[in-house]
Amino acid sequence: MSAVSAGTAVPVRRKRMPVAQRVYRVFIYALLTALSALFLVPLFWMVSSALKSSSEVFVFPPVWWPKHPEWGNFKQALTTLPFGLYALNTLLIAVVNVVGNVVSCSLVAYGFARFRFPGRRILFMLLLSTMMIPSQVLLVPQFIMYHDLGWINTFLPLTVPAFFGSAFYVFLLRQFFMTIPPELEEAARIDGAGTFRIFTTIVLPQIKPALTAVAIFSFQGAWNDFLSPLLYLNDQAKYTLQLGLTQFQGSFHTDWNLIMAASVVVILPMLIIFFLGQRYFVQGITMTGTKG
Amino acid sequence: MKRQSNALRRREAVLGYAFISPWIIGFIVFVAGPLVASLYLSFTDYSLLQPAHFIGVQNYVQMVHDPDFWTSLGVTFYYAIVSVPLDLLVALLLAILLNQKVRMMRLYRTLFYLPCVLPPVAVSVLWNWILNPSYGILNRLLAFFGLPQPQWLITPQWTVPAYIVMSVWGVGGAMIILLAGLQDVPQSLYEAAVIDGAGVWAKFRYVTLPMISPVLFFNLVMGIIGAFSYFTQAYVMGSGYGSGAGVNNAGLFYALNIYIQGFSELHMGYASALAWVMFFIVLALTLLVFKSSSMWVYYGGERE
Repeated sequence: MSAVSAGTAVPVRRKRMPVAQRVYRVFIYALLTALSALFLVPLFWMVSSALKSSSEVFVFPPVWWPKHPEWGNFKQALTTLPFGLYALNTLLIAVVNVVGNVVSCSLVAYGFARFRFPGRRILFMLLLSTMMIPSQVLLVPQFIMYHDLGWINTFLPLTVPAFFGSAFYVFLLRQFFMTIPPELEEAARIDGAGTFRIFTTIVLPQIKPALTAVAIFSFQGAWNDFLSPLLYLNDQAKYTLQLGLTQFQGSFHTDWNLIMAASVVVILPMLIIFFLGQRYFVQGITMTGTKG
Repeated sequence: MKRQSNALRRREAVLGYAFISPWIIGFIVFVAGPLVASLYLSFTDYSLLQPAHFIGVQNYVQMVHDPDFWTSLGVTFYYAIVSVPLDLLVALLLAILLNQKVRMMRLYRTLFYLPCVLPPVAVSVLWNWILNPSYGILNRLLAFFGLPQPQWLITPQWTVPAYIVMSVWGVGGAMIILLAGLQDVPQSLYEAAVIDGAGVWAKFRYVTLPMISPVLFFNLVMGIIGAFSYFTQAYVMGSGYGSGAGVNNAGLFYALNIYIQGFSELHMGYASALAWVMFFIVLALTLLVFKSSSMWVYYGGERE
């Protein structure tokens, strides 16, 4: 998209661009550069604070970049609390959520997209309307249910629900299923392939980008989640990174360099995933807003 | 023939139900059941330790006399009324800038969207530091420009504004949706407008704005719902002050109040009642926006 517009913009500029328009372009770029710098300052400040010595954090005027970066801050921050264990817990929960959501949501979405059955429209409306229910309304009864099941202080409340479909992902995948022509499936059916085999070998490969988007979103959701771990995990050995980070802030409230070092580590995996899969993020977000 | 097609249809229906069965089970167990249970609990004094007993509308009556309830409503509305329009405006501004056929549009888009993917806990911890009244970078920048430096999060009157400032950093999601909306506006409409002698403002006012009004509308609804379920930031940033919700409860957001009532105080019946009131407020506001939307939202084609 941007390559195309850039390609067409260049020759036009070479010919003759009115002065007013040229000034306007310069203004746009200046504004964009200033704004993106402004958006990056908080992250820059996070990294730079993480590398400062305890005294440098509080000097005035502020030091933008430490003279002698204290890489030891990371080691100190990560060893005071078992962040490695927290990271493993979080990763385990996130991976199970990805598997659960991809499997259950693609099944449900395919059901809504391809099969005619009584009540389909109403059920789909019901599915969409669940997105409007604030999670707080369900919190207390869900907690009581998990409590009665003996699931408190286990990863089960954080993982099991993922296997039962999530409205937003079902909606997203259904949109994609609707765009693929049914001829391939019909041909396979004539060749004698069963419905489930058609689904796994012919249909799913065609919507890989959408499945990737669902995988990324559910990873992000599980990785960033705070409320559920806060409610359901009591034992420190079961904490996730987000719980660990609040615990860390609570016990080191003025050691901002260490707190920032821990924060950098907690956001790093999301940053990497974001840069690798940005187009899926953009796609998914766009689908929510414009097709909804 | 007829019989066979009936059998086929039945087979298709059975398969359809089979495919959607995970969601049906999930809906009953994780949504419908808890929804009914929550409504019932809101008429009891349940505390997890003793069996619930029915107390009628007492929870709802208690709410009227509970100062924390009114504080949390005030905090949430204050935040929503300022941050939702402000963030939409900033998001629209960024989207319009990016829609000017700028080079490296994707890079800018990525940068502006970046804060949205970060864990809210880490973001809150970071902003706790940025907003630190004595050593935070924001007040130092304000000092550099000779501006007053508010006691963010420490004085009650500068608590909600701190959350509002932070919310602007998270406009990237709305920006992407608005940008997609802008890109969907047919170029021919702008050309027609230019022929009719429209300037920049007229093009924006009479072409862009009506065409993206459904997207603005969607973001408005989501913003309102978001304010009522605003929890993580309120919990993490409020925890350092007062009794965990800012000085004088100045950061007692509605969802935080539900959490405190239900899971710190174990007033689970009362927390359920609070949640239902929230549900109705959100529903009423959404309906209000929907009702008013016919006056300002334009839908192309036959859609209503």
